[in-house]
Amino acid sequence: MEQIAFYIFSVLTIGLFLVTVLSSNVLYAMTSLAAGMVIISGLFFLVGADFLGVVQLVVYVGAIMALYSFGMMFFDATKDIKEKNTNSYLVFALGGMIAVMFVVIFSAPVIGENIQATYFVTGATNPQAVGLILFTKYLIPFEVAAIMLLVAMIAGIILAGKKMDDSLTTRDENHEEDTTFGLKDEK
Amino acid sequence: MIGLNEYLILSGILFSIGLVGVLRRKNLLMLFFATEIMLNSANIAFAAISGHYGDLSGQMFAFFIIAVAASEVAVGLGLLIVLYKKQGTLDLDNLAVMKG
Amino acid sequence: MENLLYIALFAPLVGSLFAALFGMTPKNLITGFVTSGLLFISWLASVLLLIHVLSHGTVSANMMEWIGAGDLTIDFGFAVDAITAVMMVVVTTVSTVVHIYSIGYMDHDKGFNRFFSYLSAFVFSMMILVMSDNFAGLFIGWEGVGVCSWLLIGFWYHKADVGTDVNPSISPSWAANEAFIMNRIADLGMLVGIFLIYWNVGSLNYNVFFDAIPSLDNGLLTSIGIALFIGAMGKSAQFPLHTWLADAMEGPTPVSALIHAATMVTAGVYLVIRANPLYDAIPNVAIFIAYLGTFVAIFAASMALVNRDLKRIIAYSTLSQLGYMFAAAGLGAYWVALFHLAAHAFFKALLFLGAGNVMHAMHDELDIFKMGGLKKVMGGTYLYMGLASLALAGIFPLAGFFSKDTILEVAINEDTYIIWFTLWVTAGLTAFYSFRQVFLTFSGNERYKEIGAHPHEMPTFVLVAMAPLAILAVIFGFFMEPFNEFVTTILPSYEMSHETHHIAWFFIIITTLIALSGIFYAYKKYASGLIRDKELESSFVYRLLTNQYYIPALYNNVIAKPYKEISDMLWNKVDMKIVDTTVDGIAHFFFNNGDRTRRMQSGNLSHYLNWMGFGAVALMLFAVIASMIG
Repeated sequence: MEQIAFYIFSVLTIGLFLVTVLSSNVLYAMTSLAAGMVIISGLFFLVGADFLGVVQLVVYVGAIMALYSFGMMFFDATKDIKEKNTNSYLVFALGGMIAVMFVVIFSAPVIGENIQATYFVTGATNPQAVGLILFTKYLIPFEVAAIMLLVAMIAGIILAGKKMDDSLTTRDENHEEDTTFGLKDEK
Repeated sequence: MIGLNEYLILSGILFSIGLVGVLRRKNLLMLFFATEIMLNSANIAFAAISGHYGDLSGQMFAFFIIAVAASEVAVGLGLLIVLYKKQGTLDLDNLAVMKG
Repeated sequence: MENLLYIALFAPLVGSLFAALFGMTPKNLITGFVTSGLLFISWLASVLLLIHVLSHGTVSANMMEWIGAGDLTIDFGFAVDAITAVMMVVVTTVSTVVHIYSIGYMDHDKGFNRFFSYLSAFVFSMMILVMSDNFAGLFIGWEGVGVCSWLLIGFWYHKADVGTDVNPSISPSWAANEAFIMNRIADLGMLVGIFLIYWNVGSLNYNVFFDAIPSLDNGLLTSIGIALFIGAMGKSAQFPLHTWLADAMEGPTPVSALIHAATMVTAGVYLVIRANPLYDAIPNVAIFIAYLGTFVAIFAASMALVNRDLKRIIAYSTLSQLGYMFAAAGLGAYWVALFHLAAHAFFKALLFLGAGNVMHAMHDELDIFKMGGLKKVMGGTYLYMGLASLALAGIFPLAGFFSKDTILEVAINEDTYIIWFTLWVTAGLTAFYSFRQVFLTFSGNERYKEIGAHPHEMPTFVLVAMAPLAILAVIFGFFMEPFNEFVTTILPSYEMSHETHHIAWFFIIITTLIALSGIFYAYKKYASGLIRDKELESSFVYRLLTNQYYIPALYNNVIAKPYKEISDMLWNKVDMKIVDTTVDGIAHFFFNNGDRTRRMQSGNLSHYLNWMGFGAVALMLFAVIASMIG
């Protein structure tokens, strides 16, 4: 049962992501990306990371893809971008090699059975376990991530905000807020 | 029986797909899509290893990666907006100001 | 007493440094006065030292240790014994007179201050040479006089090649270079000798070396003797390193008087005299020196017979007399050589200074065929040059008579009749050419009027300055016996055998006869005026002599030109093509590489990402391989 699910999910993911990468239509790319995210969430459930799967759905598919959609709306999405004919073979070769590298590097410890689990939680369902670990062992990264999200939010607001087109110091066109020390009548 | 290796192979394939996308894409927005793919592949690897050994550290890390990806998208899109207002297009080749 | 030594040694140096301060400024008489005054002080100190050494023996002083490296210790040590005292007095006397003379002679010269600086520096180097007590100090002085001689010969370095029909076209810079390079070649021989001495004896001190001579192998001693003599050959212009002396006349006349008559060229003789224990031990080399000296004597005299250049005649006569000195030293009569050195210094310097007077009057005209009848205008100079020529010819009672006749006596005593005969003939030739020069310059018809010259005598103070030399040229001969006693406290004494004593009067008579006949022949031919003989002047012998036996031409074509060719080839082919190309090649390589790698910075993000991927792959590959190996 698990095998079938895994293979279906993996084939779907690979196919959808290939569409994302190779398509020249922004809408298609984005849609396939969103769908791929959902399938990946399914993979998470398959592995047993329930909490992570839900977080993936909520954050990735819900928030990030929504953000991308708004971005797509903003830019002119109907225009087809012409891809420059760089050396595709080189690129594909690079990609293939990296894949092989990764697998080799990451499975070496697995094959050598060199891994030891550090934070082992028994009993408890997955969310409970996540909660236990997150707020004890990984508390500081959690807080730092929160601050980082805050910073990103502020950055996003500033960058995309309307009134941010002109600089703050030239906003008063009549120079009402200029401070001329003393001699105010001189103009 | 699905072993860990299959998940790792899947993760590797997805990562290379993402990398190909990053290297080939000329539209900046599509470039970001490819970056998302790469991040997700890493998440899959983390989750798989964590599930296989019963250690929750992998899931924690994946969790934080998701958080980072979110903030990255926010800031990145903001920058893209500014760039689009300035240049009128999202073409990567127009961006060669730092040409040495 | 040591203070006297240091005063005599360093007073010229102080003068030189003082005059050097004025080197770039216009002529300032104070440089002349100060340097002459300091040199006079040096002369006083030398005379006092001489008196002291007469009664008390050698004065030695060790100023400081110069090199102390492992086994090698060389000190700045000075020792004034009889030989050195004599040399010091001779050098300082002639130098003082020349300094005072130069104040008048270099009157109109722009490089007045520079001249006195160089001149005093030269005297300082010569003093180091004669006062040092080891071979290293000798060599320092040796090199010093070489350098100062180069500076002084090339004093008018901006004068270009001037071709005259009197002497081949030579510029002072060229003559200076020739002198220095020839000396350098000889110095190589000297250095080899010094190295051999150090290697086998372990010290360069004279006394240490002389004590070690009996224990050294004869072949080694012969090599050292030859090597040191090669050095002496360069400095004293013996054949075949003689061509520089005649060309050195391009320098100012006081320079010729000081350097090329009295001091630098006698450094070689001084070396042989100083190393007399060495040459006593190797009689073969000594005899060779004597024969070479004799050859040079007649060789130079023959070239002086036909020369038209006033100073060159005197230069050749110096060369000839140097041959006499080497002959005496080679035959073992070292004190006689030293005596002739001193006497010769006085009358030769006087001769040169007189020639300077004539040149100054004739506005640097050197051709004696264009002079004549000058005795009416320049009586004092006529008197001096006549006296000096009489001394040179060896006429009783002047100084030259005593020294030259003694040398001839030595030749008889040693049963080397060839040497005696050659030197006897040379004496006659000497008398002839010196009086040829005197008569052509001062007597006969006044040919100078044809070139429009208005000669006049030098200022009186100059003539007064030359007087001490004239007096010494006259009376020095009578000091021969005291000189002998004094000097042979250090040098080996040389006594004539009894047979020689008996027949000595005979040889004196025939020597005087040939000298007088030479003078009369010259008088008959030239006193009434110049009659040029076209047939004689185009004969083979005449042309051979005028062109100095074609030896300078030989050196130029066989040595100088090929050497220049080799240098040019090495410059063009090796230096420019190989070395420069290599260095430039390395530079270009780096530049081109940088140029190519610059294009990596295209500003294109996609490009950069490509590189990033590529780098990542490379690093991962490296990590995998490293972990597999390790």
